[in-house]
Amino acid sequence: MFSLLQEAATTAVETTEGVAVVVDETHAAGAHVPTPGVELVGHAEEAAGLPQLDIATFGNQIFWLVVTLVVLYLVLSRVALPRIAAVLSDRQGAVTGDLMAAEEFKHKAREAEAAYDKALADARHEAQAIVAQNRAEIQAQLDAAIAKADAEIAARTAESETRIREIRASAETDARQVARDVTAELVTAFGGRTDDAAVGAAVDGRMKGALQ
Amino acid sequence: MATEATGGGLEFHPMDQFVVSPLFGAGEVHWYTPTNVTLWLALTALASIALLVLGTRGRAIVPNRAQSMAEMAYGLVHKMIEDIAGKDGLQYFPYVLTLFMFVVFANLLGLIPMAFTVTSHIAVTGVLALAVFFGVTIIGFVKNGAHFLDLFWVRSAPLAVRPILAVIEVISYFVRPLSLSIRLAGNMIAGHAVIKVFAGFAAIAAVAPVAIIAVVGMYAFEVLVAFVQAYVFTILTCVYLKDALHPSH
Repeated sequence: MFSLLQEAATTAVETTEGVAVVVDETHAAGAHVPTPGVELVGHAEEAAGLPQLDIATFGNQIFWLVVTLVVLYLVLSRVALPRIAAVLSDRQGAVTGDLMAAEEFKHKAREAEAAYDKALADARHEAQAIVAQNRAEIQAQLDAAIAKADAEIAARTAESETRIREIRASAETDARQVARDVTAELVTAFGGRTDDAAVGAAVDGRMKGALQ
Repeated sequence: MATEATGGGLEFHPMDQFVVSPLFGAGEVHWYTPTNVTLWLALTALASIALLVLGTRGRAIVPNRAQSMAEMAYGLVHKMIEDIAGKDGLQYFPYVLTLFMFVVFANLLGLIPMAFTVTSHIAVTGVLALAVFFGVTIIGFVKNGAHFLDLFWVRSAPLAVRPILAVIEVISYFVRPLSLSIRLAGNMIAGHAVIKVFAGFAAIAAVAPVAIIAVVGMYAFEVLVAFVQAYVFTILTCVYLKDALHPSH
């Protein structure tokens, strides 16, 4: 590529010189060189050598470049940069604010969760207390009922025992009377005389141990 | 005419695209004449302003595409200066951003067919580079006084080699504007000229498909180069700014 350019440059210089000899001074800086014999096909301008090295255009380029750079610098530093910096810091602020808000919400959520847990624990505790209380009441009622029933049973038992004792006592008395009567009759039947006291002692002596 | 070969319908005018010509009529190009350079410089400035001013018109917290791109350009250059030159380099941020926006839009607008690439001219890139060179040198001396010369006196090296290093450092310092300007202009000239040459080959039916594919490939490559060269120009400006602000190695 470089050799091509170099060749081009030398050719251009030769051509320019040739033209300058033939055509006279029709061109100022070699930028616009009408060459006889070669048709210009849609090209308004033809490069003579490397256009970058055409010093005649340097002043023009530098002047407009400086104008452009100054304008661009002023617009960017006065308008664009403060605006972008403001937008970026706004965004930074918004992001930081949002993060802090999120942190706060998280905190609140944690607090709410703690409150909920506490309420749940309290409710459970209360429920347990109520259950225990109910259980105690029922137990007390049950105990009372059992005690009452026991007392009744005891009373009934005692009554029954009394009656049994009475029955037994009356039965003993009856048996003794019957035995005395039968003994007295037997003694009478065998022609003996009845001595109530003796019969009673004899019957008592026999019955001792039998009726116990 | 210089590089053109009229035989066989082949015509190469790879350099015609760089010719500076008056916008209105023909004639001599005076320093004040509105030329195609003027037009494309103005379009470059307008495109930069359109992106950075009109694009951010909404001042939205959630940006649209244009505002997003404007903020990306702002953020890219801002971060570049902060990373390379440090916090105190940020006072020159507006100028560095102006340079970046100018170069990137000049490069990209130059890729529009029939456009004129202002950054392909050594006069333009030379002024940009010299502005950086003189600006950085003045900042260096104003901020550091004579200590700015420490930049050339490498204290970390052995005393014996310091003079040699100083000579090398001075030469490399003065080559900076040259390398800055020629790198940018050279990349632009070469890419655009190669596209033109390939386009010229498209006139031959046999190689036309290859030539057209090559033009498409080169074009994509040139879009990349347009960004990379603007980035390189800006990053080197930041490096020089760092040298001016903190000259000791």
